[in-house]
Amino acid sequence: MEVASLVDTLAQTSLFADLTRPQLEAVAHEFDEEAFGEGQKVLRQGLSGSGLYVILDGSAVVTRDGEEIARLGRGDFFGEISILTDGPPTSDIVAATLLRCLVIPRPDVERFLLERPHVMLRMLRSEANRLRGMLEWRS
Amino acid sequence: MAVVAPPGRYGVVVVGSGPGGLQTGYGLARLGIDHAVISADEGPGGMFRRLPIFERLISWTKPEAPHAPGTREYELYDHNSLVADEPHWQACVPELMDRTYDVPSRAEMAAALESFVGRTELLVRYGCRWEATRREGDDLVLETSDGEYRARAVVFALGVTTPWTAPIPGLEQATHYVDVRPAREYKGRSVFIVGKRNSAFEIANSLLPWASRIVLASPRPIRTDVLGHSPLRTRYLQPLDEHVRGGFGTSIVDASIERVERTANGFRVDARGTSWDGQLAFDVDEVIAATGFRTPLLDLPELGVATVADGRIPALTAFWESVAAPAVYFAGNATQGSPGLRKQGLSPSNSAVNGFRYNARVLVRHLAEKHFGIEPERPLIPPDELVPHLLRELARAPELWIQKGYLCRIVNRTDDGLSDDGILPLQVFVDEPGPDAVAVAVEMAADGTIYPAVYVRERNRISERPLDPHPLHDYESEPYRRALSQLVGPLLGST
Repeated sequence: MEVASLVDTLAQTSLFADLTRPQLEAVAHEFDEEAFGEGQKVLRQGLSGSGLYVILDGSAVVTRDGEEIARLGRGDFFGEISILTDGPPTSDIVAATLLRCLVIPRPDVERFLLERPHVMLRMLRSEANRLRGMLEWRS
Repeated sequence: MAVVAPPGRYGVVVVGSGPGGLQTGYGLARLGIDHAVISADEGPGGMFRRLPIFERLISWTKPEAPHAPGTREYELYDHNSLVADEPHWQACVPELMDRTYDVPSRAEMAAALESFVGRTELLVRYGCRWEATRREGDDLVLETSDGEYRARAVVFALGVTTPWTAPIPGLEQATHYVDVRPAREYKGRSVFIVGKRNSAFEIANSLLPWASRIVLASPRPIRTDVLGHSPLRTRYLQPLDEHVRGGFGTSIVDASIERVERTANGFRVDARGTSWDGQLAFDVDEVIAATGFRTPLLDLPELGVATVADGRIPALTAFWESVAAPAVYFAGNATQGSPGLRKQGLSPSNSAVNGFRYNARVLVRHLAEKHFGIEPERPLIPPDELVPHLLRELARAPELWIQKGYLCRIVNRTDDGLSDDGILPLQVFVDEPGPDAVAVAVEMAADGTIYPAVYVRERNRISERPLDPHPLHDYESEPYRRALSQLVGPLLGST
C-alpha cells in the first residue's frame, strides 16, 4: 500500500503553506506524526504538559466537561491555547475517526513558531477568525 | 526431539525471537497461556547477529552496581537483559560481558538472549517464516513456510530492522547503513552520510580514524540539549566534537538532499539548506544512506494496520494493539508506535530493550485479562502500608524510572480494601474509567528535572499532583510521606 509521504501531506496543510520544500522536510524530520484510533483521547482537560497538534487527516471532537463543543478536521490545529497561556488544556480532544496529527511537543512550540514567522502569522489569523466568530455569535 | 509449536490453533501466536518476542513468550508461558513463538531466524536475537554494524550497543549494562544482579533494583543498572520473575534467570547480559567495551557488544547481547532462552526453557520454532495474514471470523490466520497458524491474538515482535532508504532521487545507488564495510576499507576516502541520527553517527564515529573527510547531512538540526539526555551521546561525541571545533575532518550540515548522482570517480550530492539559505554541492568518494529502518509489516496494512513515519512504524494503542486492526499487537521496538501521553514532549524508552521489556510484561497481563479471562494477582495492602509502598515504588521501581511518564504503579480502593493493581500504562489510568484509585509515576520536566507525580482518581475524575524534586531522588523521606499522605487521604478515608 502506498502511503503519502509526511512531507507531501504537510505541503497540503494550510498552516505550512508558506514553507519551502526544504523547510517542510526539516519539519517532517524534527517532529513526529502520531495516529489515534477512533474514540482515543488526544488531549485531556486539566492534565498538564500537552503539545501542539496539527490534523493531517481525519477528524476530532472537542468536548468540555463531557459536552461536545466543536469538531475539527484536516488542517485544523489544537493544543495551542494551553501552551500560549501556560496552563493545562481547557478541553478534551477525542479522535472521531482514525486521526493523524503532526505533534510539536510543548517545550518546542515557542522556538518552532519564532523560527517560522509565516506559520505564526497563519496561526494568528486562524485564532482571529475564531475570536471573530465567537464575538459575532454573542452579539 | 519433540516438535516445537507445530502449525495449528493457539491462544496467541508470537512472531519473532528478538528481545521483544522472547520477553512476551516468557510471560505467556509463565501464565500457562496456550501460545506459539515462531521465528524466521535460526536462533534468538537475529538482529544482534548483524546489527549494529560496529559491534557496540549504546545502552549501559554496569556489572558493578550497588544492588546485586538478580534483584529488581539491579535492573536500573542493566538496560539490556530481559526480565524474569525468578532471580536466577535475571541479568544474563553482565555475566557474558568481557568488558572490551564499556557497553555490551552485540555478540554478547545475542549470547545473553540465547542464555535466557536456555534458562527459561522457552520454546521457539525457528526457521518458520511468516508469509501472509488474513482474518477468518474471530481468528487471525498466519500463513508460514511451515503451514498455517491460527489465534485469537497475534503479537508481532518483528523489530524495526528492515533497511529504509529515504525517497531522495539517486539515493538508491548509495550504500545503505547495513552494507557498510569494515572501517579500514574507507582509508583515505571522503564519505558523505545521509542522516544525522543514531546509525549515521555510529558510522561517522567508526570511520573517523580512517576516512579523510566525513560530511553528515539531513534536514533536521542536531539538538545538543536533547542529546544531553540521550544514551546516543556515546556515539555522537567525537564527530560532533570535531564539527563544533571547526569541521576539519567532519562537517555536520542541516540540508535537504536534492539528488545523488554517480560521477566518474564517485558521487555528486546536491543539497539545499534548511536552517540556512543556500545550496551546496559535494563531490565525494562514497555516499552512505543512514536513513533508518522500518518494521517489516508485510501485508498487515491490508488488514487495516495504520502506520506513522512514512509507513515505517505501526500506530498503536496504549496496550500496543493496532489503532485500526483489532487483536493485532506489537512487542519490542515497534512499541514506539504508542508514545503515551508525551507530557512535556518526553518520549518513553520504547525503542530500547530496557523499556520494551516492561511493555511486554504489561502486554502479557493485558492479553491474559482481555482474551483469556485471567485476572492478575492484586494483593491487598494494609492502609498504613499504602504511602510507604508508593514512595518505595517512586524511589526504586525500574519500570517507573525507565518508562518515565509512561508506566505507573496503581493502587485501587475495592470493597475488600486497598489492592495493588500493579504496573500499567499511565495513559490507561487517566483515560479508562475505574474504581477510586491512586497512581504514581516518575516524570521529567522540559528542563530535565525529574520529579514524582501522583494521580488520584475519584468518581472517575483525575487530579494530577506533582511532588517536589529531590537532588538524590530520595522520595522515602518524611516530607514526601507527609505530602503523599495528604493526597491519598480521600482514598483512605473510609477504608
